[in-house]
Amino acid sequence: MATIAERLETVWGEGPGLGTSLKTVDHKKLGMKYLYTGLLFFVIGGIQSLILRAQLTAANLEILDPEAYNQMFTMHGTTMMFLFVVPTLSGFGNFFVPLMIGTRDMAFPRLNAFGYWIFLAAGLFMYSSFLVGKAPNNGWFNNAPLANSEFTPGLNIDFYALGLIFLGISTTAGAINFIVTILKMRAPGMSINRMPIFVWGELAFAFSIVFAQPALTAALVMLELDRKFGFAFFDPSKGGDVILWQHLFWIFGHPWVYILILPAFGIVSMIIPTFCGRPIIGYTWVVVAEMATAVIGFGVWVHHMFATGLPQVAMSFISAASFMVTLPSGTQTFAWLATLVAGKIKLKTPMLFSLGFIVLFVVGGLSGVMFASIPFDQQTTDTYFVVAHFHYIIVGGVIFPLFAGLYYWLPKMTGKMLDERWGKTSFWVMFVGFNLVFFPMHITGLLGQPRRTYTYLPGLGWDIWNAIETVGAFMLAFGILLTFVNWYRSARRGEAAPDNPWGGDTLEWATTSPPPHYNFEMVPTVRSLHPVWDQDELSHGRQSPERGGHPLADGHETFASSMLDGRPQAVMEMPHESPWPVLLTLALTVMFYGVLLDAYALAAAGVAASGAAMMGWFWPKGETQET
Amino acid sequence: MTTTTQATRTAAPRPLEETLPRHMNGPASPGWWGMVMLIATEAMLFAALVASYFFLRFQSGPVWPPGGIPKPTLELPLIMSVILWSSSVPVHLGEKAIKRGDVGKLKLYLALGFVLGAVFLGMQLGIEYPEKLAEFTPTTNVYGSLFFTLTGFHGLHVAGGLMINLWTQMRAWQGAFDEHRHVTVQNFTMYWHFVDAVWIAVLSTIYLSPNI
Repeated sequence: MATIAERLETVWGEGPGLGTSLKTVDHKKLGMKYLYTGLLFFVIGGIQSLILRAQLTAANLEILDPEAYNQMFTMHGTTMMFLFVVPTLSGFGNFFVPLMIGTRDMAFPRLNAFGYWIFLAAGLFMYSSFLVGKAPNNGWFNNAPLANSEFTPGLNIDFYALGLIFLGISTTAGAINFIVTILKMRAPGMSINRMPIFVWGELAFAFSIVFAQPALTAALVMLELDRKFGFAFFDPSKGGDVILWQHLFWIFGHPWVYILILPAFGIVSMIIPTFCGRPIIGYTWVVVAEMATAVIGFGVWVHHMFATGLPQVAMSFISAASFMVTLPSGTQTFAWLATLVAGKIKLKTPMLFSLGFIVLFVVGGLSGVMFASIPFDQQTTDTYFVVAHFHYIIVGGVIFPLFAGLYYWLPKMTGKMLDERWGKTSFWVMFVGFNLVFFPMHITGLLGQPRRTYTYLPGLGWDIWNAIETVGAFMLAFGILLTFVNWYRSARRGEAAPDNPWGGDTLEWATTSPPPHYNFEMVPTVRSLHPVWDQDELSHGRQSPERGGHPLADGHETFASSMLDGRPQAVMEMPHESPWPVLLTLALTVMFYGVLLDAYALAAAGVAASGAAMMGWFWPKGETQET
Repeated sequence: MTTTTQATRTAAPRPLEETLPRHMNGPASPGWWGMVMLIATEAMLFAALVASYFFLRFQSGPVWPPGGIPKPTLELPLIMSVILWSSSVPVHLGEKAIKRGDVGKLKLYLALGFVLGAVFLGMQLGIEYPEKLAEFTPTTNVYGSLFFTLTGFHGLHVAGGLMINLWTQMRAWQGAFDEHRHVTVQNFTMYWHFVDAVWIAVLSTIYLSPNI
């Protein structure tokens, strides 16, 4: 009689090889794929920013011509906003949400794989624009009427618009998967008030995507109909209106900013309690604040449009709503600070990055509050002050937590510890470099330096600050490189990671590092918000059946449970590896290239192939198949 | 499965996993929630399009439709509406039938729902669009763009619903459904009701609002 672990390995294991890599539905492998691909785009977007900074080191430099500069800053922004942050956070989410909620996979494993492949295909689709020298060149928010075919002929904007419609499929599929997984797949006993804050963050993130993404998709479809077929949505000569683009874009775009930052908050809310050795203070308030941030995020879009001449009343409402965002942000910040004060701090690398995050997020928050004030906004809009603000939020508020997450979780993901000395050095180089590049931008912005301009004249008082910024940019890049080298060294000869290297309280620490294919030998029964601290029987993912563990080793199975109190309702048969997500992605790629190149026969072939791939996907495969 | 069940039957109590069902329907099922979320995001897509319609209308000046286009007539769209909305009735009855385990009735009602949906789509493509295209096209002005984009998006959703209807019909013939297993039927039903409900918004926006 095989042991439970051996039986589970037979059922859940996936063989080696390229075929498996393409067909896998294992949330941990897909999480790693998301993480690697997202970080690859991060490096590409980062190199672009270094080229931009090099160009601005001194007045009147000509490293890039104006057109190349436009393409470079557009792709820097688009890459960082769409191809780096959300996929990388989805990588952590994919890997850790099922572990934290004590289940064996996401609710829809093949949809999960599909989301990853679409993300990769859409990213490559957008980057293929460089092959023909026609990268998007209108900024990441691509305002009309500059985006209309009259003013930007050529494929640049089509790559952007079609690429983002394509990517939206991935984002939406991933979000729906997160929501259903979190609501329906939690381990027995994990009622909704025992959910880790990171899981709440992913839930808020996913709900925001479901409701925000369609506004972008609608805008992009309208834009492409205008550009390809002469529709008139953004064409004032035929009754269209260019401001409509900004409304739709920012109805999507502002929630998107919170979509980026909510899981990052979640990461920090996991790390701080672990390294303070105590529960976070105000769990309920932090959760409510995350949800409130997500909701308020839908009511503030016009503060991106204060300079477009909207009615004063509308702007006042949005201004008030924008000030209101400080309440949930402040709530969370004070919860972190209170936890720090009450706890016994262990200053490991993940904690350092989290503390750095708090500092930078507060600075970025303070300049953010300034923009809620209409007169101030109108003076500084489109200057480097804005660039300074949102880099404090996105680099300080998202990338620092992301690195905190890497140092915190990579030992669990790879089974190897990272080096503390390299990590701390990397943090300090990044922290100093970051402030050198972005703090002076507040000053040059107030001195009037406009963003998105490929050069400037000498003698305006900007020169010294720009030189400092470039030095800082390379320093920041060097700090990031140190972490990647650290990662590489740890993979080569890192110490083996124990199950729970940091003394964390959540279920991912209750299994081995790295976790087995089936995550837990026994699907655990949860009796606490801090299961690993409060239930000492949970070590090695082997909670004995007497203490509530469920082997579920007869098939490829996990529990479905009730939404609020986590009561098991059914045993679910989970799908196995499948080639169809990749094949459907290929078919859709053909379709999008067909539309891009006006080759509508090719597009139709892509649609037909997609239909066939969906048939293959859903075609029943024996009795156990969920219908 | 059966052997384990029999083996453990003597040794009470049975483990939880052996007492639980292996299929779920309705709100207990993850698939059902997947469909709810898909509908939520689709509803937002239509909300964005409807909001764009009214934004552009009120930016456009006192005369709507602009450019000498006549106000939309209501006879044909109202007939089409009745046909589309009535398709929700057999689809609903089909769901009720399979909950009782009556696969024959399910097949019949699905087919009836399919015919009504197809008639709607046929009237839109065969009568309504040619009539309108004689008056204006999507490139005439922003009104034309809005008219064909909103109704076209809805038409695509009807077509998608018809495909899922056919799929459900095929699965019914394969014997996939009974009174315990029918979440696919429920998901199709929910999607189809959504397509019909969205038509209320499209009809009100495109056909009724210019006549107020």
